[in-house]
Amino acid sequence: MDETSKIIKTVSSVMFPFVTIYGLYVILHGHLTPGGGFQGGAIVASGCALLVVAFGSDAIAKRVKESQLSLLESIGALGFISLAFVGIATTFFYNSLAGTKFLFGRIPPYGSNPGYLSSGGLLPLMNLAVGTKVIAGLFAIVLILAIATRKKGGRSK
Amino acid sequence: MIYNIPYIAVIILIMVGLYAVVFKRNIIKMVMGITIIESGVNLFLVTLGYRAGGVAPIFTNLPEERQIPGQLVLPIPQALTLTSIVIGVAVLALMLALAIQIYRQYKTLDVTKIRRLKE
Amino acid sequence: MRSRDAVALIALVLLGSFMIMSVLPLANMIRPFGEPVNPEMDDYIITHAQNETGANNAVTSVVFDYRGFDTLGEATVLFTAVAGVILILRRYAHG
Repeated sequence: MDETSKIIKTVSSVMFPFVTIYGLYVILHGHLTPGGGFQGGAIVASGCALLVVAFGSDAIAKRVKESQLSLLESIGALGFISLAFVGIATTFFYNSLAGTKFLFGRIPPYGSNPGYLSSGGLLPLMNLAVGTKVIAGLFAIVLILAIATRKKGGRSK
Repeated sequence: MIYNIPYIAVIILIMVGLYAVVFKRNIIKMVMGITIIESGVNLFLVTLGYRAGGVAPIFTNLPEERQIPGQLVLPIPQALTLTSIVIGVAVLALMLALAIQIYRQYKTLDVTKIRRLKE
Repeated sequence: MRSRDAVALIALVLLGSFMIMSVLPLANMIRPFGEPVNPEMDDYIITHAQNETGANNAVTSVVFDYRGFDTLGEATVLFTAVAGVILILRRYAHG
């Protein structure tokens, strides 16, 4: 398997934390700015794909097993469904946290405002759950496609 | 006439994708054609929800002179387009996995040579 | 093979010309760009999303609150796709 050059490895190592932090910012501010769980998860997963391209799929597959990623994705899906069950006293998917005194409970003033991070009720938590799910799912897809298309072929053939 | 240009762009995208699906023989190129058709459909959904002179329906730092329901674009087509994009990614991953499987099985990606299904 | 290609090309050209004709203003089949049809529900959501969900982003409140079931199905589709890819390609990865 051909090694990539030192320039590619160094630049990807430097860029990966910035890409990850930008993706987490997009996930966490999903209820204030354009973005959300799906978009931010896709950004973080593309950063992970950068690592896969730079260091080769074998080096990444030694550190991360796709069964762990599948477990993380299941945790995200279960968190999303259980967050939907929080408002079951009224209906499924009822936003029962909005308008209370708890975390994320603030109602912003009507119309244009500068945006408050602690608002939105259950929506930021759902964004986090869906973001976890999308990161794990897309990284698992990219990793297993990269492993299956190695030059040497799989060990079974 | 000029205000129907986005619909014509949608039709061009769908036609390019259909051409690739019908006339190309490489499976990877057919997958690319399906993805182009899907981009056309997403553009169609977003185009249907546009309101003349509107901005995105986000209230963070919105300019004060905007009329609240009248000068913001419709949010529901954008949410459905988000759904459509994620489903498109899922379908693309499945199609590529099946293409890898076909290449391992038949050592080719030409659809006219994969006809020998009996072996 | 050649005749099948000709038939397919004619069908494509016919489909494309019908779609182009339906978009032209003289056909009067589609609303012009920038004037959406029936925006009452979207107006309700834009007006009431801040008070009802507390989020500034109306699209996020549609995705996770008003149409949460849609997002649940979408998450299921993504989960199924990952499971399918792992199922198809697992034996090439680990033997």
